[in-house]
Amino acid sequence: MTTQATKLAVPGPLLALGNILRFLMKSPTSAFGLLVISVLIVVAVFAPWIAPYGPYAQDLNNTLAAPGGAHVFGTDELGRDIFSRLVYGTRITLTIIFLVSIVVGPIGLFVGTTAGYLGGKYDTVMMRITDIFLSFPSLILSLAFVAALGPSLNNAIIAIALTSWPPIARLARAETLTFRSADYVAAARLQGASTSRIVIKSIVPMCLPSVLIRLTLNMATVILTAAGLGFLGLGAQPPVPEWGAMIAMGRRYMIDSWWLVTFPGFAILLVGLAFNLLGDGLRDALDPKQMNRR
Amino acid sequence: MSKNSKTAGWGSALAVSPAKKIRRPFNWRSLMSQLFTVAVTLFGLLVLTFVIGRMMPSDPVRAIVGEDATRETYEMVFRQLGLDRPLWEQFFIYLRDVLTGNFGVSIRTGQPVITDILHVLPATIELATFAILIGATLGVSLGVLAAVNKDRWPDHVVRVFSLMGHSMPIFWTGMIGLLVFYAALGWVGGSGRMADFYIGLVDERTGFLLIDSALAQDWEVFRSALNHLILPASILGYSSSAYITRMTRSFMLDQINQEYITTARVKGLSRRQTIWRHAFLNIRVQLVTIVALAYGSLLEGAVLIETVFAWPGFGQYLTNNMLIGDMNAVMTCVLIVGVIFITLNLISDMLYRIFDPRTR
Repeated sequence: MTTQATKLAVPGPLLALGNILRFLMKSPTSAFGLLVISVLIVVAVFAPWIAPYGPYAQDLNNTLAAPGGAHVFGTDELGRDIFSRLVYGTRITLTIIFLVSIVVGPIGLFVGTTAGYLGGKYDTVMMRITDIFLSFPSLILSLAFVAALGPSLNNAIIAIALTSWPPIARLARAETLTFRSADYVAAARLQGASTSRIVIKSIVPMCLPSVLIRLTLNMATVILTAAGLGFLGLGAQPPVPEWGAMIAMGRRYMIDSWWLVTFPGFAILLVGLAFNLLGDGLRDALDPKQMNRR
Repeated sequence: MSKNSKTAGWGSALAVSPAKKIRRPFNWRSLMSQLFTVAVTLFGLLVLTFVIGRMMPSDPVRAIVGEDATRETYEMVFRQLGLDRPLWEQFFIYLRDVLTGNFGVSIRTGQPVITDILHVLPATIELATFAILIGATLGVSLGVLAAVNKDRWPDHVVRVFSLMGHSMPIFWTGMIGLLVFYAALGWVGGSGRMADFYIGLVDERTGFLLIDSALAQDWEVFRSALNHLILPASILGYSSSAYITRMTRSFMLDQINQEYITTARVKGLSRRQTIWRHAFLNIRVQLVTIVALAYGSLLEGAVLIETVFAWPGFGQYLTNNMLIGDMNAVMTCVLIVGVIFITLNLISDMLYRIFDPRTR
């Protein structure tokens, strides 16, 4: 494992990335995931050019119009174009994923690597805290945090971040335990490197691949939790075109106007599936055992 | 590994046989240390719910005395609730209350929170149990199918199918299910636990509607209840099967790649026999622990699915109280979910210790 990982790191990060990409493209499922996520990013960046209408543009003469004609996915109860709202919604989805990941990744890495490297009482205390957070299903804990902080998109992001670092910390700790007695760490220690230097320079880079996979897999859960909070009215508040909130609003008109809930749901499903497939592929790509076999 | 441990069933792992003479005494020390861990986790849980409860923006005093109470009344209730004391003292009062089973009164229903919760819990347990039966059956069979056909098309199909279940927003699946199977096809019942017509016809004895109606021998209500249960339970089960499928597949692959499987094949056993009688028997213990964990995470989906199906259970109680900021009720719900989760973890760990000979 150690030798493989160093081999990956030697040709430089860019080359490694190229290798990973090439590996991912070989599997149709992860290629599909990668494609959907690329499309998602492109759509989010160019939203104003792609969406035919504004996300908040109402047309009260044309409410609940069925899909087709000028409105590909129909209009909602205020005559807003559902397709355009979905397009702008990609920005919200990506923002949530991005913010949660840049908070969760470093926290998880910090807690996990320090606990694993230092061991002892610090390790015990940190892992107990992690266990307490892990003893809740993440949605329930996020619900509790949002209830405490008040419903809004920002608070939903904070709540999700607060609840999703423990698995990362666990993973980083497990990885650290396998590296801490490795020869190269001992060598660094003998050269007089400080604890923080060893953790940052020698341990964290080795944990990064698996943490990144875990973060990718986590993104699907983040999307679903955010949508769930939006659906319960605890996340993004209307009229923000967040997909979960759109489904919640469309629920009242569901029986006669199926398109109000169907399309946002498909969007969530597609993006969630894409992240899951990509994470799955990444796991295979960065697992040295798999790499040799294929 | 001896051949004995492979073919031994549940029974023989427990029975006292000559081979068991070398069995070491039950490991009390590790059990005690585990119970200690559980106690620490429970304590942490209480700290967490306490902190979240104090963070609540809603004013618990206002919620009781109303908007136009005098300053004196307000301060009296403020003191009654113990809010004038230092935070650590408040925490110990909270701790004492919880340990003596006093979880406070729900502002919305005016009843003790624990009474409310015990009333709604059976509905959720009924739903979750049905769901896990569906999820485990689906997950285990798909997982074995995928493992046996690794890297061939059934494996890919199973992978996408189970990842779909994992990626679906469950509240949306519920709505689409209602649209298709209830509104369009009329195959299943709609919202609630039974048709409105039957509500109150059956005495509530256990709170489990299927059991209650069977006890009363009211088969019409029974059928209505089953009709309403099947859709939400299937959707929950499908979403939980993703995890079970994945774990079954990887456990199975671990076994299939071992030499004893090759040996069994060389001895002339059929493929089917090696898969089911050897490999599968060896992963049962792991599967039971996985299913126990999956049961816990069903609670999460239950919160959302109950909202969609107007299922009068724990999840609906939690969300309703959350939306009006009923602190006591919400925190007790969160605490109970945590306790259920920890208990399931403990049970799955115990099962592992008891049934897996290697852990002795």
